[in-house]
Amino acid sequence: MMQVRLKKAFPARPDSAAFALDLEFETQSGVTVLFGPSGSGKTLTLDLIAGFLHSDEGRILLDDQILYDGASNVHLVPQDRNCGYVFQNYALFPHMTLRENLAFAAERRPRLDRHRHVNEMLEQFHLADAAGRKPHQVSGGQRQRCSIARALIGGPKLLLLDEPAQGLDAPLRAELYETLRQVRQKFEIPVLLVTHDLDECFELGDEMLVLRDGKIVQSGTPHSVLDQPANIDVAKLLGRFNLLPAEIKILDPGRNTSKILLGQFELEGPYFKGHLKGDRVTLCVRPEQLTAVPRESRLTPNQIHAVLERVTERPNSMRLEFAGNIAVDMPRAVWEQVHETKEWSIEFPTDTLRVV
Amino acid sequence: MPIDWFPLWLSLRVAFLSTAVALALGLWLAYVLANREFRGKEVLDAVITLPLVLPPTVLGYYLLVVIGRTSLFGRAWEGVFGSPLVFTWKAAVIAALLHSLPLLVKSARAALESVDHSYERAARTLGASEWRLFWKVTLPLAQRSIFAAVALAFARSLGDFGVTLMVAGSIPGSTQTVAVAIYEAVESGNTAVARTLVLVISAAALIILALAKRLEPRQS
Repeated sequence: MMQVRLKKAFPARPDSAAFALDLEFETQSGVTVLFGPSGSGKTLTLDLIAGFLHSDEGRILLDDQILYDGASNVHLVPQDRNCGYVFQNYALFPHMTLRENLAFAAERRPRLDRHRHVNEMLEQFHLADAAGRKPHQVSGGQRQRCSIARALIGGPKLLLLDEPAQGLDAPLRAELYETLRQVRQKFEIPVLLVTHDLDECFELGDEMLVLRDGKIVQSGTPHSVLDQPANIDVAKLLGRFNLLPAEIKILDPGRNTSKILLGQFELEGPYFKGHLKGDRVTLCVRPEQLTAVPRESRLTPNQIHAVLERVTERPNSMRLEFAGNIAVDMPRAVWEQVHETKEWSIEFPTDTLRVV
Repeated sequence: MPIDWFPLWLSLRVAFLSTAVALALGLWLAYVLANREFRGKEVLDAVITLPLVLPPTVLGYYLLVVIGRTSLFGRAWEGVFGSPLVFTWKAAVIAALLHSLPLLVKSARAALESVDHSYERAARTLGASEWRLFWKVTLPLAQRSIFAAVALAFARSLGDFGVTLMVAGSIPGSTQTVAVAIYEAVESGNTAVARTLVLVISAAALIILALAKRLEPRQS
């Protein structure tokens, strides 16, 4: 279990604007993802937890140990924090073999245990064959596994990962995810992972914290965050939504329904808690939740007319872009059947509609 | 006329000792300058660099003030060892040190600072003490540049003339280093001796420079 409360301010400099980090969160075992755009303070948060930098105020509690407490002036050095850290560039010592890299990290273990531990980790992370080679002589996957093994061998109470998948090609990425899933199973410690890739949040994250400008703007499971972004900024950050200006016409909590006006069309949605009738809102719906169909003479409920502007191919589907910034994802097979359509309707399923 | 090889051996001994001292002292100073923040850091850096730009006579004068027979240090030395420090080969070592130390500190500091900080951060999270981190990570990663600096410092202390002349003098068979011996040989018209020593020193310097070049980290 880890509790974190941190505040750190950087005044404006000639080459950088002022920045303030101010956040508070708690994690259990499992993977917590720090998600946010670059410059939102993700890596800074890791560095403060690892002890590379001093926070201005706050407190970091890991299990029952205080790593940092501004009020009582406790600031453990990184050596005493017992946090494994996997760096973006892995930071394997280039002058040591993989085995030596692990042995360097195993010094925390009792002397008699070290050798056995190093061998066990080499086995467990499939590095036995490459143990005698130096980092630049092994494959990217081996480097990656070695850096994770090295971070874990000392028995840390927390694992920090700074964008481990950054710049990796797809097979290596898949390999990394597999390794991290095994780590999650075998080592019951909290893992804090920094990323700006939403897919990675879903691959690995049990919990997700959305960071923006040094603050946590939303937290929850990746699914819950994607299902209901806290506000339009989060929705933009996630980058998966049609964001359409709309107006709430009717709210009916009793029947759990609502009516919203999208341009000239009226749509039925679920009841929107915390909103009032007449609110101007942003309708927030993902392209894969919408269906485009050839227009029929009469609109069925929750359909709108739309003019197709552009079609682009995606790995798993076709993306249809309609006037008014509405994107719809359609399976390729369906597209093959309807691609000659001239006039379209788009269907907005009631239960998928969200507003921010 | 047979050539007296003593100045050459003396110069090698002086250069070797001064480089050894410069390496120990210089590494420590470089570490402090590269890793610690304190008041007067830039002043210390400037003082260490000063010998590179001051005329040798000025340096020699300072040295005489500090280690001369009437100075506090000079008297203490005489009290302990029974003989003065100036005008011995040991003074020549100190003179050479003035040249090798700044070179070493400058290059070693740059070398230590050029080591990617993520290696040092990684070592810290892995529980390594600052001492172990320095010897096992930072220094091995910077060692090629530092060896290159050592070679340059050695070459530089092999050839000191002015400061050595002022604090160690030119006593044949005792404090006459090769640079001083060449001067004396030219002054007294011994061109054959001068020519031989010049050629030997030039060859030595060339070899050392070539070595330093090879030691410099390859661009990868």
